[in-house]
Amino acid sequence: MQPDCKNINLIIDGVPVSVPEGTTILDAAKKVGVKIPTLCHHPDLKVRATCRICVVEIKGQRKYKTACSTEVWEGAEVITNSPGVQQARKMVLELILAEHPQACLGCLRNTKCELQALTAEMGVANKNRLKKTVKVLPLDDCNGAIVRDASKCIQCGRCTEMCQEVQTVGAITTANRSMSYDVTTAFGKKLRETTCVYCGQCTTVCPVGALYEHDDTEKVWAALADPNKHVIVQTAPSVRVAIGDEFGLPAGTFSEGHMVAALRRIGFDKVFDTNWSADVTIMEEGHELIHRLTNRGVLPMITSCSPGWIKFIETFYPDMLPHLSTAKSPQQMFGALVKTFYAEKAGIDPANIVSVSVMPCTAKKIEAARPEMNDSGYRDVDIVITTREFARMIRRKGLDFCALPEEHFDDPMGVASGAGVIFGTSGGVMEAALRTVYEVVTKKELHALDFKAVRGQQGMKTAEVDLDGTPVKVVVVNGLKNARKILNEIREGKADYQFVEVMCCPGGCVGGGGQPVGTVRKTKASRMEGLYTADHKMNIRQSHKNPAVISMYKDFLGEPLGEKAHHLLHTHYTPREQQ
Amino acid sequence: MTVQPGQCNCAAESFTERDVVAIVEKYGREQDQLLAMLLDIQEASGSSCVLREWAAIVAREIGLPLSKVFEVLTFYSMFSTEPRGRYLVEICKSAPCKMCKSDEVVAMFEKELGIKLGKTTPDKLFTLMHTSCVGACDIGPVAKIGEDVYGDLTPEKVSEIVNSYREKN
Ligand code: SF4
Ligand code: SF4
Ligand code: SF4
Ligand code: FES
Repeated sequence: MQPDCKNINLIIDGVPVSVPEGTTILDAAKKVGVKIPTLCHHPDLKVRATCRICVVEIKGQRKYKTACSTEVWEGAEVITNSPGVQQARKMVLELILAEHPQACLGCLRNTKCELQALTAEMGVANKNRLKKTVKVLPLDDCNGAIVRDASKCIQCGRCTEMCQEVQTVGAITTANRSMSYDVTTAFGKKLRETTCVYCGQCTTVCPVGALYEHDDTEKVWAALADPNKHVIVQTAPSVRVAIGDEFGLPAGTFSEGHMVAALRRIGFDKVFDTNWSADVTIMEEGHELIHRLTNRGVLPMITSCSPGWIKFIETFYPDMLPHLSTAKSPQQMFGALVKTFYAEKAGIDPANIVSVSVMPCTAKKIEAARPEMNDSGYRDVDIVITTREFARMIRRKGLDFCALPEEHFDDPMGVASGAGVIFGTSGGVMEAALRTVYEVVTKKELHALDFKAVRGQQGMKTAEVDLDGTPVKVVVVNGLKNARKILNEIREGKADYQFVEVMCCPGGCVGGGGQPVGTVRKTKASRMEGLYTADHKMNIRQSHKNPAVISMYKDFLGEPLGEKAHHLLHTHYTPREQQ
Repeated sequence: MTVQPGQCNCAAESFTERDVVAIVEKYGREQDQLLAMLLDIQEASGSSCVLREWAAIVAREIGLPLSKVFEVLTFYSMFSTEPRGRYLVEICKSAPCKMCKSDEVVAMFEKELGIKLGKTTPDKLFTLMHTSCVGACDIGPVAKIGEDVYGDLTPEKVSEIVNSYREKN
């Protein structure tokens, strides 16, 4: 609370409370221990106030007010739960339920659904007085990443807010009005026929089971059951600070040891770490930056490890593709190396390797399926599952996650530096790159490893680094709206940066579209902290000092940007049509 | 070109990307002229609709997501995204017209055109539909075709009106 901020005194359910000016009734009520029900409201999105489930009574006023959109005022007396209010809320809920399939047992969001929870809390189940008018609409499940089950949509509008305003992709929209008001795509097409970048952000804000990830867990179980397959798994940096949420651990808990143990119990033959290949990414991307800086290459160079972002720039800014680093993402570098370097080292026929990855991201499913991602001679990454799907596998296996004794990753692709671990947050790739680029360029040891200016959840963060007399200006953006801003500036020649980090999701991978339900700004902050703390505790915090990476280059790849590295670890991009 | 009833006039096919772009340009590519552009397209298309492909051109030319154009198209009831007849025969369904038997007028047109309410004639000339009040309750029940409003209708009069449009084509 800032000292110059005015405080407002009011009474909620007979309890006096003082809150800063501008607080909503919804948030003020939390301070007196009252949870007002919400549906269209999401803490990180602009308030729409369309559902009216959050109505409250104001003493002296006849009309109810929506708590999520009404700011407190001096002397207000709010009654959050009078019989009249209860009646009004019930009506709202009954209207929704009359049109809702209520097929909870077969629903992916069963036990994690806001509508279901509300129905239980308000005691409306089976007592609905209204006639059921459920519309059965076709299920859109053909793109391999995002499923849209419009029959379950309650038209809260959270996804459109996310897709239109936060991500500026515009794949989902509202349509029609009054009785036929709808949330849909342009001309009711499948997501595959829209500009959707598969970021999955809509799935993280949908209160019900109307938008969710395409589930690939069956494929993983099938591979694990096949005795002829050698099934390996890689885990993205941010998964280890998010998976704990699913099993009741406090937000941001670093549960790497439990996670590795769970993967072994599930039956993977080797448990490897994407952090290792994040270090490899820094070797390639860092050297690419140096090469561009010293050879008048296209600048600024923009990072390329976030596949939703890649689809975005390919679709909306195809003329800017030369700015993208050609380095593949850590997931894809890992995939290309596991079926070459590892296969060779372990003496396993790559044809028998099934490479699985656990990612915070729905767009990673699409990235792995891109036709060019088979430089190992096979599909580099066979199956991608999100953090949510991973949690489902742990449950299905009957594992008590928190009770598992902690275990370590396998060698050689399980050894990583602190630079690799921070890849999971906005600013992490930039910081990791700077830690290496500085030493490679200046040939001096970097003592202050923390680049605090690029940390945190702000949409845009800038910093200037002195590379022994050469100043390098960098900017870090997260969320596609901010990416759009930077691209426009670059296009108009107004941006004076040499290096740009873009992550598609707000906050970076800690807030990825495949992370556990209920991820909000606060959760992301805890996860960021979890990653930076882990980095801080590590002895080796720079990618080029990772012994497992050094020896891999020595024994297998040769030089960064060398011929073999170029073939396996770099890629190209495809301009796409907008509609 | 004269088109005989029952023969396709292929209006939608002769309306091309170039025509759409010309309309967009007429309005200076201004995003806030979207409504006017869409109305012009619907009018000029000869099929009383804005097809997805045309909406996509508009979206591209003025830099809006296609979904935003779609939102506008579905918000206003005067737009259709499905091809309709060159002439929209709109029968008022508001209360005063209902009271003086607009249903009978619907039946007269159904008979004359050989289609049901909501359908388009095979020659793609007429679509028969309901509309909200057109503000001519004194001569109700009324039918509106394009900008013209007709009242005090009888089966003979309906036949005469319909034929006058047929002759125009
Ligand atoms: S969306 Fe929620 S209420 Fe609807 S079927 Fe799924 S779990 Fe049940
Ligand atoms: S996945 Fe991303 S781009 Fe696609 S509809 Fe959802 S929010 Fe929009
Ligand atoms: S799909 Fe989900 S988020 Fe989008 S409007 Fe429907 S219920 Fe709300
Ligand atoms: S939660 Fe307040 S109106 Fe929907």
